Amino acid sequence: MRDALTLSGNQAVLTRANPLAKFAAVFLITLVLALSIDWMSASVALVCELLLFPLAGLTFTRLWQRGWPLILAAAVGGWSTSILAPDSGKVLLDVGLWSMSEGSLELGLGFLLRGLAIALPAVLLMSCTDPTDLADALAQKARLPHRFVLGTLAAMRLVGLMAEEWQTIGMARRARGVGSRGNPWQRFRATLGQSFGLLVQAIRRATRLAVTMEARGFGGESRTWARESTYSALDIWVLLGGVLIAGGAVAAALWAGTWNMVWLQGS
Amino acid sequence: MPAIHDGGVRPAAVTARGWGWRHAGRTKPAVNGLDLDIRPGERVLLLGPSGAGKSTLLHALAGVLGDSTSGSAAAGDASPPDSDDADETGSLLIDGEPPRARRGRAGLMQQDPETQVVLSRLGDDVAFGAENLSVPREQIWARVHEGLDDVGLAHLPLDHPTSALSGGQKQRLALAGILAMRPGLILLDEPTANLDPAGVLEVRDAVGRCLDKTGATLVVVEHRVAVWKDLVDRIVVLQPGSATQPAVLIDGPPDQVLEQARGMLAAAGVWVPGHVPATRLRIPGGLPADAHRAAGGEPALAPGQLMLAAERLAVSRNRPRRRGFKSVPPVPVLRDVTAQVRAGEALTITGPNGVGKSTFALTLAGLLPAVDGKVSAAVELSRGAGIDPYKWKAEQLIARIGTVFQEPEHQFVTGRVLDELQFGPKHLGHGEERVDELLERLRLTDLVDANPYTLSGGEKRRLSVATVLAAHPQVLVLDEPTFGQDANTWAELASFLSELLDAGTAVVSVTHDEEFTHVLGGTELRLGSQELRAPEQAAP
Repeated sequence: MRDALTLSGNQAVLTRANPLAKFAAVFLITLVLALSIDWMSASVALVCELLLFPLAGLTFTRLWQRGWPLILAAAVGGWSTSILAPDSGKVLLDVGLWSMSEGSLELGLGFLLRGLAIALPAVLLMSCTDPTDLADALAQKARLPHRFVLGTLAAMRLVGLMAEEWQTIGMARRARGVGSRGNPWQRFRATLGQSFGLLVQAIRRATRLAVTMEARGFGGESRTWARESTYSALDIWVLLGGVLIAGGAVAAALWAGTWNMVWLQGS
Repeated sequence: MPAIHDGGVRPAAVTARGWGWRHAGRTKPAVNGLDLDIRPGERVLLLGPSGAGKSTLLHALAGVLGDSTSGSAAAGDASPPDSDDADETGSLLIDGEPPRARRGRAGLMQQDPETQVVLSRLGDDVAFGAENLSVPREQIWARVHEGLDDVGLAHLPLDHPTSALSGGQKQRLALAGILAMRPGLILLDEPTANLDPAGVLEVRDAVGRCLDKTGATLVVVEHRVAVWKDLVDRIVVLQPGSATQPAVLIDGPPDQVLEQARGMLAAAGVWVPGHVPATRLRIPGGLPADAHRAAGGEPALAPGQLMLAAERLAVSRNRPRRRGFKSVPPVPVLRDVTAQVRAGEALTITGPNGVGKSTFALTLAGLLPAVDGKVSAAVELSRGAGIDPYKWKAEQLIARIGTVFQEPEHQFVTGRVLDELQFGPKHLGHGEERVDELLERLRLTDLVDANPYTLSGGEKRRLSVATVLAAHPQVLVLDEPTFGQDANTWAELASFLSELLDAGTAVVSVTHDEEFTHVLGGTELRLGSQELRAPEQAAP
């Protein structure tokens, strides 16, 4: 859990890009995909994204390890759309209430691909962006208040710590005879008690951390930055990549005639 | 004011005149009437009973005490002090100015290593303080390298994850971060209380080196005098101040103070060098059988009766991990450990930090599942509950194996000391008559209505032991029970456990404390060779 917050060992090209450029690229792609449910734009974006994965230092195995809940969710979404959407065209499968036709299958496939194409850039972004670099960029380049950004960054370190603490408190309470087994009501109450214990510890830790930070001079109006957050030529490529993928997806869908704006669906 | 050159440190002077501080919401001041002068470059060890305001003074010097209705009395303000606000009296100055106005002049290190680290990369964490003081970028990295070098962490890469450091390393890292601010005053608030003996020396030596180099003024609060005695040139003993008594009780060179006030300090629970607090001795062969029945417990077991056994046990705190759909068992931190727990005998688990001592003890205590091998309870202990303690229900567990955690607060489940003690017996439906005896025995009678979270460190420790014992377990497992405890609590705890042992309880303790191990006797299980924890490797 605590290791998940650092990118130890990842030396891939995209780790060196400025987090804001990566964010902008991902935002562009997501925006375009959110506009239309069609299989063409989604598959173009998806293929491009998959080609980019090595640049983020990801392999398919690691992608599956990190992103399997999202991939699974996209698959379930696609499946349920294809059997529940109104039928049109030739009926391919008919089991009682469930029926799948060419039209609904196409819609479902579009849904599945779109889900994947939106989820994967997020996984990609997270796996090649160090939270510290992100904070540097947000405070220095995006000009967000440094007290807020650094406070959040320091608090994020505590999140991992709290995950360990949760486990310890659970054991400590079992050693007092508070079972986390039993009927739902008993389990709910046990979880409530454990949450309270965690809350107390979280506040204590946060207070001490705040004292540590204040004692190191944190909280002043201005500060310097040991590491400058910079843009490089790489960031232009990242941004350009985002524009190309987004533009390519739209162009391909328009060309194939599948462009299908979300808000025009119902009418 | 002379300019401070990079690399140069101007030692700070501290002056207190009739200084006092009352925390918000309290009626009594934490410090009252403090008169103290610390010359630039002096090294002072602050001692005193808990409640003497040592930490408050350090926090004030670090400028982190928060706002107060400062000097309302001095300003001739007639309104009575409002107890909701903090209240400051007299003056406390660093180089003639209030500490809050001198950001970065003092650097503070606290007790809990986890909260002394701010950022997740080694180099960034050292740079943090210097950045906040607006030190130019070129100078920051020079300071970072110098600081890491001074505390002996220069062999680690700058992007080394701080979460991978040991407790002693975290404290040294904090020291490097403090040094990078070039403070004239270094404040240490029990910096080694949470560390194992090796970590204590690591930190102490790093502090010594840095002081020799920079000449900064030092104020350190610590119970264990022996650790710091040779490093400081003055000991100041504080007492809870009042209108009639000054806050400073004794003040002088270490040897003189220790000679003059030895008895008083020992009585106040300070660990005076060369003095091991007196404890009850074990009775060979245990108490006579009728004494068990008098204690009102379960039928006595013959001393030496096997209660619990670990066979080729492999342990880990991690649950099996999901890799996609597959479940992968965790990599054990420790494997192939075999041990027996016997009635009336102590088993002490020792070994270097991070070797998995606590994880082993928690697995033995039925709180973690075994990764490999097994834990089996003898029939005399399980009494029909099954062989594997991890599978027991919580009520079954507490009546058989009691576990006292290192941090007492983790185990508090109610808002009142008495409820806390009655909690176990109420769940079990018997044993409430034992509560009064435990209250009496562990000196908690006056605190029955207090909230457990508001107790002092020693009181919390005594309460956590009492609550677990209220369920009358035959095996007691303790994780670092003496960590950070003053000498009085230590002696009480050791005596009490030796009594339990004589009465037939099996006591398993994870500890670094050799004197404690000595008092309890029994078997020592030394865990782990060095290969189990990656030592500090040289950076490539």
